[in-house]
Amino acid sequence: MKFAYYPGCSLEGSSREYDESLRAVCEALGIQLVEIPQWNCCGASSVHQVDFFLRIALPALNLLKAEEMGLPILAPCAACFLNVRRAKKALLENEKLRTKFSSLFSKNFQAKTQVFHPLWVFSKPEFIERSQELIKVKLSDLKLVCYYGCYLVRPPEITEIDDPENPHLMERIMEALGIQVIDWAWKVDCCGGSHSLLNPHLVKKLSKRLVQKAKESGAQGIVVACPLCQANLDLYQENQNMPIYYFTELMGFSFGIKEAKNWFKRHMVKPSLG
Amino acid sequence: MFLKEALPELFKCYQCLSCTLGCPLAEEMDFKPHQLVNLLILGKDKEVLNSLTPWICASCESCEVRCPNGVPLSELMDRIRQRALKEKIYKGKGFSLPLIFLKEIKKRGRIHEISLILGLKRLVGFRVSMEELRMGLKMFLKGKLRIRPPKRVSSESFKRIFEEVSF
Repeated sequence: MKFAYYPGCSLEGSSREYDESLRAVCEALGIQLVEIPQWNCCGASSVHQVDFFLRIALPALNLLKAEEMGLPILAPCAACFLNVRRAKKALLENEKLRTKFSSLFSKNFQAKTQVFHPLWVFSKPEFIERSQELIKVKLSDLKLVCYYGCYLVRPPEITEIDDPENPHLMERIMEALGIQVIDWAWKVDCCGGSHSLLNPHLVKKLSKRLVQKAKESGAQGIVVACPLCQANLDLYQENQNMPIYYFTELMGFSFGIKEAKNWFKRHMVKPSLG
Repeated sequence: MFLKEALPELFKCYQCLSCTLGCPLAEEMDFKPHQLVNLLILGKDKEVLNSLTPWICASCESCEVRCPNGVPLSELMDRIRQRALKEKIYKGKGFSLPLIFLKEIKKRGRIHEISLILGLKRLVGFRVSMEELRMGLKMFLKGKLRIRPPKRVSSESFKRIFEEVSF
């Protein structure tokens, strides 16, 4: 399997461990990643507040590049995933819009490229099976909760998540690794998102409460699949000593990939694994 | 033009409060989401544009998913923000992020986190709390902050996107 890889801005900055662990896990699973040349920012959670045209245009350009590569997109950042899928849906359903962008980019835009987040790929039966075959380190003592946040889930017409109030994609992968996954009620609640930059008190309020709730559920850690969720829960939990793992880090660690130690080193709350 | 004219679905609201009850930040807002909808229906755009609510909203979209009448609350928040920015009504600090974010994208094509933070500080002031300083230092030591900016995206198509807009 081969993907047009769209890492996004966070993965080459504050969440490099997500990028590195994802690449390592893909290699182990036999998935090939070809980075989209000259990819650009999707607009994240900010651009839609200023302009609706740019909200479609910025991710559309990445979509077009993947179309030229003839490969489906793999987008590990929740915002990139949502924004590219939103642009794709808008373009696919609106011929006028498609024509407008075809002429803007001087290309014949089809907008049929599929857009995946690695959760959607790794939770497919074939990769669940392959993951189980790759297990070298047993994690059966680990009790965790899975946390999705917003952009992997809402709006469900765009994300096409299994259940917008109680998703299970991440749980399936974690359970395949033998991890004890605890059910909890907060998996799709907001962490505060980009408020960390200007109104950190809002993020502190939401993220601290999420970590408290995870602790009350009996979890020793939280698994996430979004760079902003990881940063907020890790930075703003206030002395609760709760490690926040990327699902790819746990996969990689369980597959016995040695670099896992370096991924964990970058966490604010250092995981006890490794 | 009233904001409600762009959003005819607003009139389906029967004030059930599903939006406000599910909103993680409702208690921080001056007008709760359902009140904002009501004000828009009444044509009280001035109150809405001067409200802090759109800048407290984290765009988590819980409200919209749970609305039984399909009121597009996230689009509504965006339209209020866009209008406020256009009319230069700057409330709280929240307004500065989308402006600086867009400026950074236009400049580089990608977000360089340190440049983004510096850009924001330039707009809202450089005062930093001890806590922020400690956090920044820890992030730096952990290798979380990338010093070197990413390579600029310079394709013709990328430039063409920004020729279409006035930002």
